[in-house]
Amino acid sequence: MFDDFILRAALAGLGVALAAAPLGCFVVWRRMAYFGDATSHAALLGVALALATDLPTFAGVLIVALVMALIVSGLSERKVSTDALLGVLAHAALAVGLVAVSLLPNQRNDLSAYLFGEILAVTGADLLVIWAGALVVGGLLIWRWQALLTATLNPDLAVAAGGNPRREQLILTLALAITVAVALKVVGALLIAAMLIIPAAAARPLARTPETMAALAILVGAVSALGGLGASFTFDTPTGPSIVTLAALLFALSAAFGNDRLRH
Amino acid sequence: MSLIATRDLTLYHDDLKVLEGVNFSIQRGEIVTIVGPNGSGKSSLVRALIGAMTPANGSVTRAPGLRIGYVPQKLQIDSTLPLTVARFLNLPQRQSRAAIKEALTQAGVPDLAQRQMAGLSGGQFQRVLLARALLAKPDILILDEATQGLDQPGEAAFYRLIADLRERLDLAIVMVSHDLHVVMAASDRVLCLNGHVCCEGAPEIVADAPEYRALFGSGTQGALALYRHEHDHGHSHDHPHDHSPH
Repeated sequence: MFDDFILRAALAGLGVALAAAPLGCFVVWRRMAYFGDATSHAALLGVALALATDLPTFAGVLIVALVMALIVSGLSERKVSTDALLGVLAHAALAVGLVAVSLLPNQRNDLSAYLFGEILAVTGADLLVIWAGALVVGGLLIWRWQALLTATLNPDLAVAAGGNPRREQLILTLALAITVAVALKVVGALLIAAMLIIPAAAARPLARTPETMAALAILVGAVSALGGLGASFTFDTPTGPSIVTLAALLFALSAAFGNDRLRH
Repeated sequence: MSLIATRDLTLYHDDLKVLEGVNFSIQRGEIVTIVGPNGSGKSSLVRALIGAMTPANGSVTRAPGLRIGYVPQKLQIDSTLPLTVARFLNLPQRQSRAAIKEALTQAGVPDLAQRQMAGLSGGQFQRVLLARALLAKPDILILDEATQGLDQPGEAAFYRLIADLRERLDLAIVMVSHDLHVVMAASDRVLCLNGHVCCEGAPEIVADAPEYRALFGSGTQGALALYRHEHDHGHSHDHPHDHSPH
């Protein structure tokens, strides 16, 4: 009863959840929500780059997302008031990307596929890229986990113990760019940030340690991906938004019924 | 040999010179207190000592293999980050359960391991920070205004604990403070900063220095008188004070 394309869609969704959910925990802990927005919106510019240069979409998006993530990361280090600036960057990247894609000649200008993803059109090759990317992100996070947590708590604590918070920030930046590149096809540029933040936020009230929060976030992400896929079939709704809607519902449930005593 | 030494250290913060020409060193077993008004460069000096600030001029030398236990001025844990005390103490290095128990006991809070960091009182929180610093088996403890937010009895208890740890573990200790009451009494040496080193030496010498008095006025004389009274009965007083005789 499972067609191949549904199986591929399910695996693609799981792959994205595996990378985005634990990374999203750091995005939430470090208050980098705008960072995620700016980087994922820059994916559209990456699509334009890929179309203009015949690069694979994944490569174009990875390059532009990485550049954007480095810019944003550099700005946030400079302790100037960056809130408005990050907002400008996030939305400008989206608008300029859309304009650039539609200016390119002879292209299938199906913008909604880039904005909202087309998980049902995931190919075997896409799947390979998505899982390779997810495993790299997961591997980076596991390898640097202790150092990342220390630097997240307080950069000076990390330095005093011989660590290098700047390196950890760079690793998060790289992981974010990879996640954006692999998630574009699945949920689209507009909703990648949602897959970062919502599972992590839904996991928070149920967790007592960072590790349980990351594990629960993966669970929420995976359930949302599979459930959203099913719901989109049942109700004939767009798949990416259905996945995010389910994640938001799980967040609401967790926020309403999460055990307050766990927090203390 | 000193554990940490600076030579002609000059520091900038956002293009602004915050500290100039500091020569400082600390030996094993010494307690040095850094005092000075707000913005005098105390925290910058501490951050340079731990390596979080790069000298614009001069140098910071740490003994090879030096282990630093650092207690930051404040540590705001984002409310989205769930963290038990035990998990916190496992950063950045994983520790055995026994080591965590021992560090918490040394810091005077043996029963907190399973509590959430966010649920601790100010005093408990500072002691947990201290326990974390002790887990590094440090040669030197560096505390940046570690008693902010504690009331005076809490502060006094915290400094008694520090002095006691020095005795037991043979640590060097650098403390930053802008309140002088308890701190100076517990120090071997005081370094008074105001963009540069104004004066330096044993607490009673610094307290008598005109540079120090110019910075802190006479408001602290009561506390210093108390210090002298307890520790230096033979000192000749050249100022009036109001304690009652024994």
